[in-house]
Amino acid sequence: MRDEFIRTLTTMAQADDSIVLITGDLGFGVLTEFAERFPKQFINAGVAEQNMTGIAAGMALEGYKVYTYSIANFVFMRCLEQIRNDAAYHDANVNVVSVGGGFSYGALGISHHATEDLAIMRSQPNVSVFCPSDLDETRWVTEVSAKTKGVSYLRLDKSKADDAAPLGPLAVGQARPRSSGRDITFVTAGGILQDVCIAADRLRSDGYDVGVISMPTIKPFDHSTIQKLAGECRAVITVEEHNVVGGLGSAVAESLMASPRRPEIFRSIGLQDQFSSVVGSQAYLRTHYGIDAQGIYEKTRQAVVKSPAIAA
Amino acid sequence: MDTRELAKRIRIHAVNMTSRGGSSHIGSALSMADILAVLYGQCLNVDPARPQWPARDRFILSKGHGGAAVYAALAETGFFSPEVLKTHYQDGGKLSGHVSHKGIPGVEFSTGSLGHGLPVGVGMAKAARLREQAHRVVVLLSDGECDEGSNWEAILFAAHHGLDNLIAIVDYNKIQSLAPVAETLGLEPFTDKWQSFGWDVKEVDGHDHDQMATMLDNPEPGKPRVVIAHTTKGKGVSFMENSVLWHYRTARGQEFEAAISELERSA
Repeated sequence: MRDEFIRTLTTMAQADDSIVLITGDLGFGVLTEFAERFPKQFINAGVAEQNMTGIAAGMALEGYKVYTYSIANFVFMRCLEQIRNDAAYHDANVNVVSVGGGFSYGALGISHHATEDLAIMRSQPNVSVFCPSDLDETRWVTEVSAKTKGVSYLRLDKSKADDAAPLGPLAVGQARPRSSGRDITFVTAGGILQDVCIAADRLRSDGYDVGVISMPTIKPFDHSTIQKLAGECRAVITVEEHNVVGGLGSAVAESLMASPRRPEIFRSIGLQDQFSSVVGSQAYLRTHYGIDAQGIYEKTRQAVVKSPAIAA
Repeated sequence: MDTRELAKRIRIHAVNMTSRGGSSHIGSALSMADILAVLYGQCLNVDPARPQWPARDRFILSKGHGGAAVYAALAETGFFSPEVLKTHYQDGGKLSGHVSHKGIPGVEFSTGSLGHGLPVGVGMAKAARLREQAHRVVVLLSDGECDEGSNWEAILFAAHHGLDNLIAIVDYNKIQSLAPVAETLGLEPFTDKWQSFGWDVKEVDGHDHDQMATMLDNPEPGKPRVVIAHTTKGKGVSFMENSVLWHYRTARGQEFEAAISELERSA
């Protein structure tokens, strides 16, 4: 996703000299070409994320479309107040690019795990939150963020799902259904979609009618698609590589509770309000915390097996 | 308007505003009244008829708690009616305790949390350099605010990028929220710190209008400038001067009458 982001941004920067990329001294080998081709549109702000974000706000208020870039939490958590007060409150076109969503940098330890970012960024007014699942969506969020008023948060994952059918026109805040099902619908975002797709296939083999929806925009949220599910599908299962508190699962729950109808079953699969304390790759950690394909499959089976209405 | 008269009016407005609203920070507002008067009355290239004029100098109040004084300076220089000042800190009013730009002509940037203004000003100055624009960016900081690490990140960056269109002014009244600066987190040797970070350092008496008249002029090529303005917290109201108490205390009753009376009698 990171490489696709840079490829897309390079194309954008060539056509629009108001696109500026500021890195917090990260992106070794990835940003070199951009920096060389667009020296007036690239800044390495050093290891100083608060200043980087303040500068981004200042430049954005002068008409630039600024992308701040760093790993996982550094780019939004260290400088959250700058994002809130300086960029979002001022409706500045600052696009915060978090490289390494969830457990992308698994073995580096909890400092590098972005597992509360969706909750934190979703709570900020004037901030759009994007969480692409595949390369098509990555390209789309990169392009659309420049045109979106205020702050955009882009969570870029190391893992990715295979591209689905051609993306077609997609609006900010619009869900992207990959398939539909009357028994179970998975609602997910980010590279973990790949595990969700595997789990969905296994459940189909078990005889369930299963749908999968990707949510490249977490905020603004596509309430209408989610609320429609309540009447059409018996079990809604959210899956995220993120704390279950405040993230995608919470967004879906908020949406369903505001709906006149509810699904019979709702489950939120994700991290159970915990930090990772084991060492391992993204795939290893997903397995350890039960959010890999097998974990998703088992948790969903357990949820639906108890419901006589969804007997396969 | 003469800048001394402007400073006097800023002070009287600030006392009225903070007393009417029961808000804090009158000491901080009085401390920087002369700096603001010289900026708005003489130095800054701004136009009240065109607050968003692209070629204007940008002014950011980073010590947002002194907002009453900026609102007063803007009202007195024609950005909006002084009547609006009466809504400061009032329910449903337009002017919040910390300076906010929403719906207020002339306020460039909203602050209130310390350590934000300088990085934003650096970004504006960098943008002006990239686009070869001639305007300047002026950021007014408090001394206590220099405790914030974000400022030192910005100080490194501005020097590294040679932003000689950036002027930081520090309202160095030597008193912060709870105690004198020297007893809280000492800044000295303050000028040496800025110099060693690669800034062009000017020291002025922050109440001497003649000394401040040229503080934005003749930048040293390739260096951002800092003006260390030595000031007196609470300046102009004798019982507020150099007093920690008046960072938070609001003048009421006899204190209010005495403050206004002393300011009105001042030259």
